[in-house]
Amino acid sequence: MDIVYLLIPLAPLLGAIATGLFGGRLGWRLAHRVAIGAVAIATVLSFVVLWVHGLGDPAPYNKTLYQWLSIAGVDLEIGFLVDRLSAMMMAVVTFVSLMVHIYTIGYMADDHHNWPEGSGAGKNAYQRFFAYINLFTFAMLMLVMANNFLQLFFGWEAVGLVSYLLIGFWLNRPTAIFANLKAFLVNRVGDLGFLLGIGTVLAYFGSLDYAAVFESIEAGGGEATLTLFGTEMTAATLAAVLLFVGAMGKSAQVPLHVWLPDSMEGPTPISALIHAATMVTAGIFLVARMSPLYELSTPAQSLILVIGGITALFMGLVGLVQNDIKRVIAYSTLSQLGYMFVALGASAHAAGVYHLMTHAFFKALLFLGAGSVIIALHHRQDMREMGGLRRYLPVTYWTMLIGSLALIGTPFFAGFYSKDVIIEAVGLAAEHGRPGAGFAWFCVLAGVFVTAAYSFRLFFLVFHGQERMDAHTREHLHEPGWVVTVPLVLLAIPSALIGLVTVGPMVMGDWFAGSLTVGEQFQPLHHIAEHYHGPVSFAVHAFYNWGNPAFYLAAAGVFVAWLLYIRRPEWLVLVRERLSWPRLVLEYKYGFDEMYTGGFAAGGRGVGRALWRGADGWLIDGILVNGTARTVGRIAAGIRGVQSGYLFHYAFAMILGLLVLLTLFVGGWQGWWQA
Amino acid sequence: MTEMPAFSLAVPEIWLLSMACVVLVVDLFFPGREHAPAFYLSQLTLVGAGWLALDAHWGMDEVTFSGTYIADSLSGLLKASVAGLAFVVFGYARDYLRQFDLLQSEFFLIGLFAVLGMFVMASAHNMLSLYLGLELLSLSLYTLVAYDRDSWRGSEAAMKYFVLGALSSGMMLYGMSMIYGASGSLDLAEIAAAAAAPDQGGVLMAFGLVFVFVGVAFKFGAVPFHMWIPDVYQGASTPSALFVATAPKVAAIALFIRLMEGGLGNLFSHWQDMAIILAVASLVVGNLMALVQTNIKRLLGYSAISHIGFLFVGFAAGSPEGYAAVTFYAITYAITTAAAFGVVMLLSRRGFEAESIDDMRGLMQRHGGFAVVMIIVMFSLTGIPPTVGFYAKWLVLQAAINAGLVWLAVVAVFAAVVGAFYYLRILKAVCFDSPDEQTPALQATASMRVLLAVNGAVVLAAGIFPDTLVAACRAAFGLA
Repeated sequence: MDIVYLLIPLAPLLGAIATGLFGGRLGWRLAHRVAIGAVAIATVLSFVVLWVHGLGDPAPYNKTLYQWLSIAGVDLEIGFLVDRLSAMMMAVVTFVSLMVHIYTIGYMADDHHNWPEGSGAGKNAYQRFFAYINLFTFAMLMLVMANNFLQLFFGWEAVGLVSYLLIGFWLNRPTAIFANLKAFLVNRVGDLGFLLGIGTVLAYFGSLDYAAVFESIEAGGGEATLTLFGTEMTAATLAAVLLFVGAMGKSAQVPLHVWLPDSMEGPTPISALIHAATMVTAGIFLVARMSPLYELSTPAQSLILVIGGITALFMGLVGLVQNDIKRVIAYSTLSQLGYMFVALGASAHAAGVYHLMTHAFFKALLFLGAGSVIIALHHRQDMREMGGLRRYLPVTYWTMLIGSLALIGTPFFAGFYSKDVIIEAVGLAAEHGRPGAGFAWFCVLAGVFVTAAYSFRLFFLVFHGQERMDAHTREHLHEPGWVVTVPLVLLAIPSALIGLVTVGPMVMGDWFAGSLTVGEQFQPLHHIAEHYHGPVSFAVHAFYNWGNPAFYLAAAGVFVAWLLYIRRPEWLVLVRERLSWPRLVLEYKYGFDEMYTGGFAAGGRGVGRALWRGADGWLIDGILVNGTARTVGRIAAGIRGVQSGYLFHYAFAMILGLLVLLTLFVGGWQGWWQA
Repeated sequence: MTEMPAFSLAVPEIWLLSMACVVLVVDLFFPGREHAPAFYLSQLTLVGAGWLALDAHWGMDEVTFSGTYIADSLSGLLKASVAGLAFVVFGYARDYLRQFDLLQSEFFLIGLFAVLGMFVMASAHNMLSLYLGLELLSLSLYTLVAYDRDSWRGSEAAMKYFVLGALSSGMMLYGMSMIYGASGSLDLAEIAAAAAAPDQGGVLMAFGLVFVFVGVAFKFGAVPFHMWIPDVYQGASTPSALFVATAPKVAAIALFIRLMEGGLGNLFSHWQDMAIILAVASLVVGNLMALVQTNIKRLLGYSAISHIGFLFVGFAAGSPEGYAAVTFYAITYAITTAAAFGVVMLLSRRGFEAESIDDMRGLMQRHGGFAVVMIIVMFSLTGIPPTVGFYAKWLVLQAAINAGLVWLAVVAVFAAVVGAFYYLRILKAVCFDSPDEQTPALQATASMRVLLAVNGAVVLAAGIFPDTLVAACRAAFGLA
């Protein structure tokens, strides 16, 4: 099996090398064939791995393949840990990646229009794009297959890098460059926490290897207490909180969420693959992978509940006022990531990870559907210029309907099973008395209404109502080719059905038992599973479950959207006037961007300027660097004089050196050999 | 003195000598096109010699030929490295020599004799055989430096090298004679025994030690016995400079280990301070001088001096760990330098010697692949992971720190930081400057391109997978 595990990440890496370094020679057609072939290999093998681990022997594969360094007992290694959690992640990542790869052919087909005439960067941009997404697949696989923190960190940074490169893929657009810089900088903040977290783990658990860390946790290694800034806490809490800060950056949780909406400047396939289905879920994966650690620390779980809850509700609200089709879905992603974190905070790890999986399918579907609309409208993204597209884009229409229904949690669709379990679990956590769970429960429940409202606002604005695009665009409206529609259909199938098929074993059963640890004292999913009698009765139950009115909230959300955008558009104007103040708050996205650019970025620049002028310009450059350089230059010039080129000077220097050594050593020797 | 010498142990030298004669004769009667038979036979000889050396010496520890010849793992490792490096040098050289109308079989023949000298040094267990090997090497090198007879710079460099080399050989011989006087033997084992006596050989031994040490330092090119290096690197035709810069550095390790550790190891506490002085002086002078160079071959010369400073840091540690680190350093440094010279030779063409850093400008745009090789090489020389140069420096510093020489390690690190400047300056020219308008396209044969690519890949791969070579170097000094 070694070779299979090794081949899964290496195939996309080789694809990336081939298309990245030799893209010009391969030509565009061969380049995408190579790239797609590489990912297809990884996908097939990942499903083989999922088959083996999911149905057969559940013993995890844990093996170190290569040791780079061993310093003072710390091993820097590359190794794979493949259990059911990583097997599921691998399958999701490679499958979505494969869909996106195929879809990209259609989306990027006329990419040359996006570059100015004769632009050097535009040359081979198509091949470069495939190289990047291949590289991303490699990095993401390394991340989820890691068996130690170092490799996790490598994958973590590598996916961040590719994300940066792809957000700024159209590097001639100032907004894209602003967005990728923003993503990079905000992720720095999270990564600092992540690194400190890794350091804490190393300091208190004595290893970077997952298995060793978990052993140490079982042996009570996390119980050590320390005092930080006057607060006493356990080592487990410190490590868990710091790692969560890293997860907040990558998975875009409030207040580190600001980069994700802007990342929509990148091409749409990227939004689907990186900024919805896979990379942004790395934080979820991290917390789930570290479940033994988080189970030790109720404070960290409460923090996750609160942060996740805030993100789930308040980012969804912002989605209500966005006009860019991709930004609506981006805020939806933020909100759904909040749901996943809430599940993790409520010790319902399996539910969180399960929502990650279902979300990957329907969110990728929604993004690719949005991309299909964007292609049809010649790269226009403003929903105010759309409307009535149902007639022109039937496949996109139906698949997006399935995606939206899955997203809002319609019974029997994939999203329903994952989301409903989360809400139930958080409710149980609140009853159990976990701090923050009550708040999170309110947020996720209210979030259901908001989710339904913005999803169908988008749906009605785009596909129903008046046709608001200009005449020229309308004439050319048609469904994009099969490379676009086939991935949509292939993603719509799991979006609709996967919950029905898998919720039993994966959430209610103990499919994840070997990967995810839940503490003895509180096991919400066990409680829920006690009342579980198959997926159909579970879905039917939602219609008369008065303790959890999620279904009716969602229905209300759809109804409101229908009322305001289809039935009574004039009421919308009224609502806007009456609610002008909250609307403003939402349109300014609570002022995070202003605060960061005006506060941190401007302040940082101010401090930077002061340090540059004062410290750097005068002290360091003027005196230390240039001063040293001048001194070095003078000394070198002095020695250079000795290197005159005259043989007798050289010989003289040698003799002089000999004499010095003789004096020093034979002189010193005298005293010694007589003694 | 009647024992039968174990000829089977000396098979590498016997093979080299016989094959060198065969090459000589073959070239005389079958010069072929561009001396191809001689070239390929030479390469075959080197491959065979390297293989035979590993096969016959690895894991052995025997002294034969009346105590003048030792076969142990160290000699096997060093000989194989020397043969391998010479193989690479010949490969690079052929293309260049053809372009400059210098292609004669003598280059390879003299090179083979130099390799023979190095082999003899690596297996020397007697001051006579050691000196014999050293002189065979030195005389071959003088000739190689003067190989381009019509170049006045080459002749000047050869003259300087010869005179200074003769001076240093004289000093070394003088030192050896005093050690002989103090110990009564030329056999390194008996010298070691004499040095272990209570009076440690007396003042005569002290004189001998200093003279011999100076001779060894000259062969390395440690400051202040370094003057010949820049002039030879710059003056000699590039293939000759390449030869001087690579294999003899590894052979010099043999010289030092056999003489200073094997023969005079008991006097370590005395020569340690000399090694430290030379280490610091080489690190400082080498790096400072390299800063102000604009000629790339001269720059590589001064850079070599600073790397020799690093070698002496490892010698100053005086532990098997330190010697193993130094051996690793020298071998990998030679491989890296070979690639650096390879790029210089690649950029040269008929009638134009790429010498200035400015000639490197825009290599990235002219040929991305070779620019990547140059980046790897410069990173390795600077000591940036994951290239092999990082590992080499790391091992040497670790040995020095374990030996308690923390301050020396700090000096070495600072010197390496200074060194980063001039290596990165080359990279700036390679990556960020634009090429001259008139620069013609690169013309290099396929073999040259492949060799350079492989060489660059080895520098990178040895940094990612250093285990085998590190283990071999440690095993040569009896470390697990």
